[in-house]
Amino acid sequence: MIDIKNLSKSFGDHLVLNNISEHIAPGEKVVVIGPSGSGKSTFLRCLNLLETPTAGTITFDGVEMTDPKVKIDEMRRQMGMVFQHFNLFPNLTIRKNITLAPVQTGLMKPAEAADTAETLLRRIGLEDKADAYPAQLSGGQKQRVAIARALAMKPKLMLFDEPTSALDPEMVGEVLELMKELAAEGMTMVVVTHEMGFAREVATRVLFMDGGVIMEQNTPEQLFQDPQCERLRSFLAKVL
Amino acid sequence: MAELYTAWKAAMAAGETLSGWQTFFVKFYQAFIDAERWKLYLSGAGTVLWVTALALVIGVVLGVLVALVRTAHDQQRPGHRNILLGVLNFICKIYTTIIRGTPVMVQLLIFSFVIFVNSRNFTLIGAFGLGLNSGAYVAEIIRGGLMSVDVGQMEAGRSLGMNYFTVMRFVIIPQAVKAILPALGNEFIVLLKDTSLITVIGGQELIYAAQGIISRTYEAMYPLLGAAAVYLVMVMLFTWLLGRLERSLRKSDRH
Repeated sequence: MIDIKNLSKSFGDHLVLNNISEHIAPGEKVVVIGPSGSGKSTFLRCLNLLETPTAGTITFDGVEMTDPKVKIDEMRRQMGMVFQHFNLFPNLTIRKNITLAPVQTGLMKPAEAADTAETLLRRIGLEDKADAYPAQLSGGQKQRVAIARALAMKPKLMLFDEPTSALDPEMVGEVLELMKELAAEGMTMVVVTHEMGFAREVATRVLFMDGGVIMEQNTPEQLFQDPQCERLRSFLAKVL
Repeated sequence: MAELYTAWKAAMAAGETLSGWQTFFVKFYQAFIDAERWKLYLSGAGTVLWVTALALVIGVVLGVLVALVRTAHDQQRPGHRNILLGVLNFICKIYTTIIRGTPVMVQLLIFSFVIFVNSRNFTLIGAFGLGLNSGAYVAEIIRGGLMSVDVGQMEAGRSLGMNYFTVMRFVIIPQAVKAILPALGNEFIVLLKDTSLITVIGGQELIYAAQGIISRTYEAMYPLLGAAAVYLVMVMLFTWLLGRLERSLRKSDRH
């Protein structure tokens, strides 16, 4: 589904991603772990070109996204993204947050988008908040709305950038629960997270990143029980 | 009243000593009431208002255009530089540098005596000059407002597949407007007071009226104080109105 070849990214002189090649197949749930500053968020943000790679190519469903001639907006419509700080639009109601993109990109007529929003809000249990503003919601509710907003575009792939890192501990569960449901429905997911429990339970594959490269990858069982490299061992010792 | 004025004025002219109150009455009457001079202040105030309004419209239109060009240019993805945008950005930069780097008085003089040297409509030229000047400041205010919106907002919008201008229109600009309103209100007040400068190129506003009365009566104090009072009242009125507007915007905030 998404094919990454020789991806490098540097900010000025600082090399953040160093020649990464990776393939993500449809239906996979890939969890990316690693210490902060390891480049995992940058890696994720390169996948929908929120960061422009310095070198390398990213091919999504056979289209090379890194080609400057490709219409990037059309590619991004097929991949949803959830941010650490939710990034809901504070000037719009919850319903408008969800319907804005489908309507403005021409994916849906306003009535259809409103129906979709209704269905999504019912699903996340927030149908009574449709006319509220983001500031009136708790962190966990905001992040669930952010997921619903991404889902409204009917994406083929969902990218999660530390979706629970900014949440109070008691709200982490509700967000992870929703992500697990998505995974169970077969959504292809790439998740950057510090939630090792989630990685264990949901991931089909775990990537360990450090120093801008993928140091090690494996199924969660293997990776957590039998880490091969020293850096992964010391990382796991700190977080588990 | 009019008889009293005539009598005391004649006495004054004859060299008689009048009481303080009588002197005040004569000079006040002469500056504001005689020959219906209060009408001159009123029409001057009217000119101030329409010149301010016209300059404001020009300033805001120019300011929005310049701010959008400059922000769009700065937010381009590396490797996707648009040449047209680069040229426009360069022009906008020259514009803001020149306007903000030279005194508004000099700009007005150049506008009137160099660029529009053949036009006699000095007030209108003054309004255009002030608008052109204001645009550079409004542009920086708006640019600051657009920049103050969290970058995550643009990222979220773009990640959903909306283009730059759609996100600007529905997400960024509505949030920026609230942030820049106080600064924009301040710019409006400054503009209102700066209309007094168009007198130097012959614009017929409030100070022009006061100067006319001074040259008729050889008395400077009351006409100038009167003009100052008219400015003060207008500024206080608009400050109050802007305060109300800001408060009502904050109410709809629901934060």
